Amino acid sequence: MASSIVEKFYSMEYGPAPEDASEVNKWLDAHKRSFGHYIDGAWTQVSGSSFETRNPATGEVLAKIATADASDVDRAVKAARAALPGWQALTGHQRARYLYAFARQVQKHARRLAVLETLDNGKSIRESRDIDIPLVARHFYHHAGWAQLLDEEFPGYTSVGVVGQIIPWNFPLLMFAWKVAPALAAGNTVVIKPAEFTPLSALALAEIAHEIGLPKGVLNVINGDGKTGAAIVEHADIDKIAFTGSTEVGRIIRKATAKTSKKLSLELGGKSPFIVFDDADLDSAVEGLVDGIWFNQGQVCCAGSRLLVQERVAEKLYDKIRARMETLRVGSPLDKAIDIGAIVDQVQYDRIKGLVETGVKEGATCWQPEVTMPEKGLFFKPTLLTNVHPSSTVAQEEIFGPVLVSMTFRTPAEAVELANNTTYGLAACIWSENINVALDVAAQVKAGVVWVNATNLFDAACGFGGYRESGYGREGGKEGMYEYLVPVHAERKTAAKTLPEPVIDQPEGFDEERSAAVEFGIDRTVKLYIGGKQARPDSGYSYPVYDRDGQLVGEAPLGNRKDIRNAVEAARNISAKWAKTTAHGRAQILYYIAENMVQRRAEIVAKLAAFVGPEQAAIELDYGVERTFAYAAWADKFEGSVHNPPMRMVTLAMKEAIGTVGILCPDDAPLLGFLSLVLPAIAMGNAVVAVPSERCATLMSDLYQVFDTSDLPGGVVNIVAGKASELGKTLAEHDDIDAIWSFRDEAASAMVKLGSIGNLKQVWTNEGRSIDWFDTTKAEGRYFLRHATQIKNIWVPYGE
Amino acid sequence: MAVKQEELQKKSEGHANVPVTLHGRELVPNQRIPLNLDWVEEVRVNTSAVERRAATIPARRSVKKDWQAAWLLRAIACMDLTTLSGDDSAERVKRLCAKARRPLQDHLVKALGIEELHLTTGAVCVYHAFVETAVKALEGTNIPVAAVSTGFPAGLSPLAERVEEIRRSVEAGASEIDIVITRAHVFNGEWNALYDEVAAFKEACGQAHMKAILGTGDLLTLRNVARASWVAMMAGADFIKTSTGKEAVNATLPVSLVMVRAIRDYAERTGMAVGFKPAGGIKTAKQALDWMATMKDELGRPWLEPTLFRYGASSMLGDIERQLEHHVNGRYSAAYRHPIA
Repeated sequence: MASSIVEKFYSMEYGPAPEDASEVNKWLDAHKRSFGHYIDGAWTQVSGSSFETRNPATGEVLAKIATADASDVDRAVKAARAALPGWQALTGHQRARYLYAFARQVQKHARRLAVLETLDNGKSIRESRDIDIPLVARHFYHHAGWAQLLDEEFPGYTSVGVVGQIIPWNFPLLMFAWKVAPALAAGNTVVIKPAEFTPLSALALAEIAHEIGLPKGVLNVINGDGKTGAAIVEHADIDKIAFTGSTEVGRIIRKATAKTSKKLSLELGGKSPFIVFDDADLDSAVEGLVDGIWFNQGQVCCAGSRLLVQERVAEKLYDKIRARMETLRVGSPLDKAIDIGAIVDQVQYDRIKGLVETGVKEGATCWQPEVTMPEKGLFFKPTLLTNVHPSSTVAQEEIFGPVLVSMTFRTPAEAVELANNTTYGLAACIWSENINVALDVAAQVKAGVVWVNATNLFDAACGFGGYRESGYGREGGKEGMYEYLVPVHAERKTAAKTLPEPVIDQPEGFDEERSAAVEFGIDRTVKLYIGGKQARPDSGYSYPVYDRDGQLVGEAPLGNRKDIRNAVEAARNISAKWAKTTAHGRAQILYYIAENMVQRRAEIVAKLAAFVGPEQAAIELDYGVERTFAYAAWADKFEGSVHNPPMRMVTLAMKEAIGTVGILCPDDAPLLGFLSLVLPAIAMGNAVVAVPSERCATLMSDLYQVFDTSDLPGGVVNIVAGKASELGKTLAEHDDIDAIWSFRDEAASAMVKLGSIGNLKQVWTNEGRSIDWFDTTKAEGRYFLRHATQIKNIWVPYGE
Repeated sequence: MAVKQEELQKKSEGHANVPVTLHGRELVPNQRIPLNLDWVEEVRVNTSAVERRAATIPARRSVKKDWQAAWLLRAIACMDLTTLSGDDSAERVKRLCAKARRPLQDHLVKALGIEELHLTTGAVCVYHAFVETAVKALEGTNIPVAAVSTGFPAGLSPLAERVEEIRRSVEAGASEIDIVITRAHVFNGEWNALYDEVAAFKEACGQAHMKAILGTGDLLTLRNVARASWVAMMAGADFIKTSTGKEAVNATLPVSLVMVRAIRDYAERTGMAVGFKPAGGIKTAKQALDWMATMKDELGRPWLEPTLFRYGASSMLGDIERQLEHHVNGRYSAAYRHPIA
């Protein structure tokens, strides 16, 4: 009989290569496989309700975990609040030392953390060892740097306060690092809840926090399910919520925080396109898919799950993909030679299975390789679905599993159209050996992260986050730090002086003759301004506008939801073109606007004086001219940056226009307030639908005449007057508006936040606080421009 | 030659020869085909992406215990035990051949239970001057002698001389010829000239197997490597080989990945199998495993046979011996405990 080695010499199979888990089991045993919360620098006992966390590869129970109820959440928040002044009082350098210590400890215990992560989550040990944990350490190192440089790099900013963070189960420790590192670096204190499927590695990090002597209460780790998460979200004394998870829960959180001034960042789902052009290195593109949709069992929010391949190479690519799938090894996540581990939980497994069945039912062709599968455990074969169309369920819904769906395209334009035919906008991969094609498409895809000839590259120095319903806010890099900072002046809470809405019970009929006849002796009818044209209101009504002494000064058209609809359509139609207009070209138009305002100075001041008095009117106009100059100046100077991840590539952090922006303008400085919001938006290439102060809406006519004579393309600024509460609601709810800004009272802020949940548009409000529009340091500049842009990180590896 | 091949087959009695297939399709040995310039021009290689993939190969694959021992034995079977130095002498070559016959000490062979493998290296690789010495020293074995030829390593002597050198080596008994290409043809995109050169070499080889050394360290770019691979295959090379061992950079995983992918695409297009030989700088048992994982995952099991896969190596064997001894007795071994080549 041949020896076993002889047999193996001929079979040349890989054989098992298990990672030893005994150290982690010892660690779990030392904790009696039971974990309380880490609150105020101490561990709580497990009493009351608890849940079990399991190894999804074996079904084995790993530990019992305490569930935090509202009172536990409250204790954690109180601890964080109490720790806040002390933590904020430290110098950046002192906080940097703690973050540095975190990084060092993570490196020292790298293997234990990797094995623990693999046991709890089911991801392959290769990934936790080579990707997750090194990125965790890198994140703490990088943010130790931001702590050190905080004063230098973020003058005028301060920490938000107590931050509540809720993280998902797909990258438990990495998401912990992405959340905690920037929060602590910026001087916040934290209450964080890991996902209930994967609580263990965060607890190990809490232990590390304790070891490095992090002041008590600065980091509090509590566990539980959605109820615990809700208790965090709803807690009145939390200043910011940062969430990574599903779009569905993101909506719930937006809704739950609408009536508060909690800052919010959401990193949600995706259905990211993976675009392969006919001139791509196809073999490398296939490996890109392995690192994309077959990374972490496809449980990756930014997974390249939607393959778009140019028709003429589609079959060739499919053959290559299928051949590669045959060599993927599915099995025990602790095996060092495994590519695909276990699905995190039965619920997810069933969901993936169900969606694949739906896909097949709807006509997709399902292909799976003949790979050896473990006998038990939650393992799902790598899957390719072809014959999928944009209308297929599996082309639209995030599957969150190792399932690739594929479609073809003919031209770059069609590739972009298909790529953007989704409610999501997290990531995109573009494969082409032609840099012109690749960068052109990169600029056009709606995604926060674009990888050129690569996939799933991450680094602490580069911002990560989505467009559209993939959420808002960035994690990583300088852009990520702003999520945990607020301008110092925004801390002062003075209510905005929004005047009560005028009673417009019995609107007058819209009578041009009569409108023209009133006051000033100026023969002019005020209309709405939509698509570069003066438009009669759909309602056919107008309402009276009074000066500050209560005298009728004119009538304003009463806009309604249909006018908003038309205005948004006009904005949408011009938005792509306006965003593509050169920054220099936009600057020229802004300068021209300033020039024309000066031309009409006397007229505008006279009109404005009726509302705010002659003195303020003159100042508003003069500041307005100056502000217009300022944004003309900024138009070609608020530039992106180039990040330097530790790889041979550049990451271009491009500042892009958001798209269509709805703006509810303030009452207190009707002209300057309007300009202060509309100008940064259009300077950055957005198209705007503005609702002016209804009390002074007759001013519109002067504004649109200025725009008309300044070569501003029609639709870039649309003005719809009327009841701000009604118009604002329609705007906030409109699915073709990409961002909604409210600078009125607290109720308006809450209303737009609530309205935004449909398409999860970006929301920026004054939180009902007053803004001194005459103070250039507070009402002009980068802070405004940052909100008028979103950052797209384009990763461009190079080398021949 | 024919006799030798039959004997080789007998060696693996009880284990059917591994059929040469790719994705279920049976392949035949390579033969020269007309030069298709489209295939050369269509080459697309993204260097960064190739490097990233190459970097994960050692991290994605690991073989342990008995499997590792078996894999390392296979590395020996696929090894062209090589000496190519200016100070080579007949005695040095004889010593090398003795080692090729008995790569492992008896006590290791016994402890591993692999007597029936009659394990030898895949070949011995020497300069032309020592072909006869080697053939004589290997009498009674099936170990082929490979000769580096064609003005190795630069390959810049007159073409007629290079072709003549091949003939002489074959006459002297070499059954494998490692030729070097004119790198300038690649830089200048002179694909016809490169094709003609390789085809002429192949013709001169007659029955001897020809391995075409691309000198990848000189070619520098991965696209050049891919293009040169395609031309060499179309010109009839039995193997494509990375390096002479004399370039500044020798076999690397990214270069190997590009060549192996070219072999795969070529097989898919033509139904013909070409072998691969990484050479130079492969010194450790761990590296041997990495390359085998590359072959297995990218091309499949048939490319772990010495008919389609060889390492050009000299010091790697010593490291493999040490690892195998550790496998047998659990103690880390020392180099001096194993007979040198």
